[in-house]
Amino acid sequence: MSGSATAGPNTSITLTDLDAALAAYLAGQLGAAASVTGLRRLPGGASRETWLFTLATPDGAAERLVLRRDPPGHVIETSRRHEFLLLQAAAAAGVPVPRVRWCEDDPAALGAPFFVMDYVEGETLARRLLRDAEYAPARAALPEQLATALARVHAIDLGVPALAFLARLPDETSPAAVELARYESLFRALAPEPHPAFELALRWLAARLPATDRRTLVHGDYRVGNVIFGPEGLRAVIDWEMVHVGDPMEDLGWLCVRAWRFGADANPVGGLADRARFFAAYERAGGRRVDPAAVGWWEVFGNLKWGIICIMQMQTFLAGVKSVELASLGRRTAETELELLDLTEGA
Amino acid sequence: MQDRPTARELLGAVREFLEADVVPEFDGVKRFHARVAANVLAIVEREIAGEEQSLLAEWERLARLLGVAGAAPARLEALRTAVRGLTETLVGRIREGEADREPFGRVVREHVRETVREKLRVANPRYLGG
Repeated sequence: MSGSATAGPNTSITLTDLDAALAAYLAGQLGAAASVTGLRRLPGGASRETWLFTLATPDGAAERLVLRRDPPGHVIETSRRHEFLLLQAAAAAGVPVPRVRWCEDDPAALGAPFFVMDYVEGETLARRLLRDAEYAPARAALPEQLATALARVHAIDLGVPALAFLARLPDETSPAAVELARYESLFRALAPEPHPAFELALRWLAARLPATDRRTLVHGDYRVGNVIFGPEGLRAVIDWEMVHVGDPMEDLGWLCVRAWRFGADANPVGGLADRARFFAAYERAGGRRVDPAAVGWWEVFGNLKWGIICIMQMQTFLAGVKSVELASLGRRTAETELELLDLTEGA
Repeated sequence: MQDRPTARELLGAVREFLEADVVPEFDGVKRFHARVAANVLAIVEREIAGEEQSLLAEWERLARLLGVAGAAPARLEALRTAVRGLTETLVGRIREGEADREPFGRVVREHVRETVREKLRVANPRYLGG
């Protein structure tokens, strides 16, 4: 996702106001004076804002925290309360995530609903992970760590009242059919040009829906790029925006999408590991029994989904958001088309 | 007829300026965006160098595939419109299930693969592995 390092035009509250309002809110929560310094918006996130700041209290303590806020005035589908509850559930299941601290639904406090979580120091750039010598230990440790964390994501108890907001699929409904229909309709609504390669992939996928009664929480965007890591390895799984109930094999397939390898194609799983090693680590960590054919279906679907997301990003540019990065993503669609042809040819 | 430099040469001059003088001046997000901007210019340089020839080849493949008689439009804009129209016809036939059957499916996939490769020769030749 692209974004701006500064507050966008939709921010109805000024930076100074946000500073003061956040300090007042935190003082109320802590029952003590609180000061907020160094507030700045982190790049990325068009549908939500991420702010970094330091909270200082009179006892001399200072800690770095992260504010996640809905853009004021925006009507969007995601909810900060839901993300807060998911992060709590993930932490309880043993998934490394930033610890969540406070959540506020009342837009009166900061102009929009928000929550506050701990800041996790580290790197998120996949290219750095895959290339820099400093991260060689992380490259060795991450396959096992990502597999273990994912097994725990899929073990999150969907029966708890806190997660009642997640939509459930009727038993007879195929999670694959639901996701395929969702992205096909986005593609039909948004693509300005005909894409025969996507049409072929849509037919291939529709003819091979994996039959399954597996139903778990699915992270929905589990890949290198959405984890924070240090030289030693995994520190936190982030970006819980696309969570839904579905087939856990979806997350394994998405992790194998070619775009997340950043050229390290010898290692299909995020440029880090081969499939067999990763699947074995996932099963050892208590994950569901891996169905390689189903993962393969979700990998094909994932490449199609990423191609459609490229078109969506490009449409954001065409709609007037002036970003050379969003514009350039339109021309990356062809990469996913070639991968789809390669994956489905003779398969 | 415009004077030299050609459009391609002008784009190349701007791209080289971005690469040599602008990218090193920045860090972080701005540096990344400057790189992306230079890369976008490189795409346009490759595109205008070969667009007419590649559209003509695509039109001929589509005409063969779909059994269209006649000659390709002579003017570039009409050629673009014609290729798009034929591609929409092809998409309609794929959606009807015709490409699920051989031998039509095989020739469709060959055409689509060549068209995608042609897009990548412009957008990202390195993705094709050299």
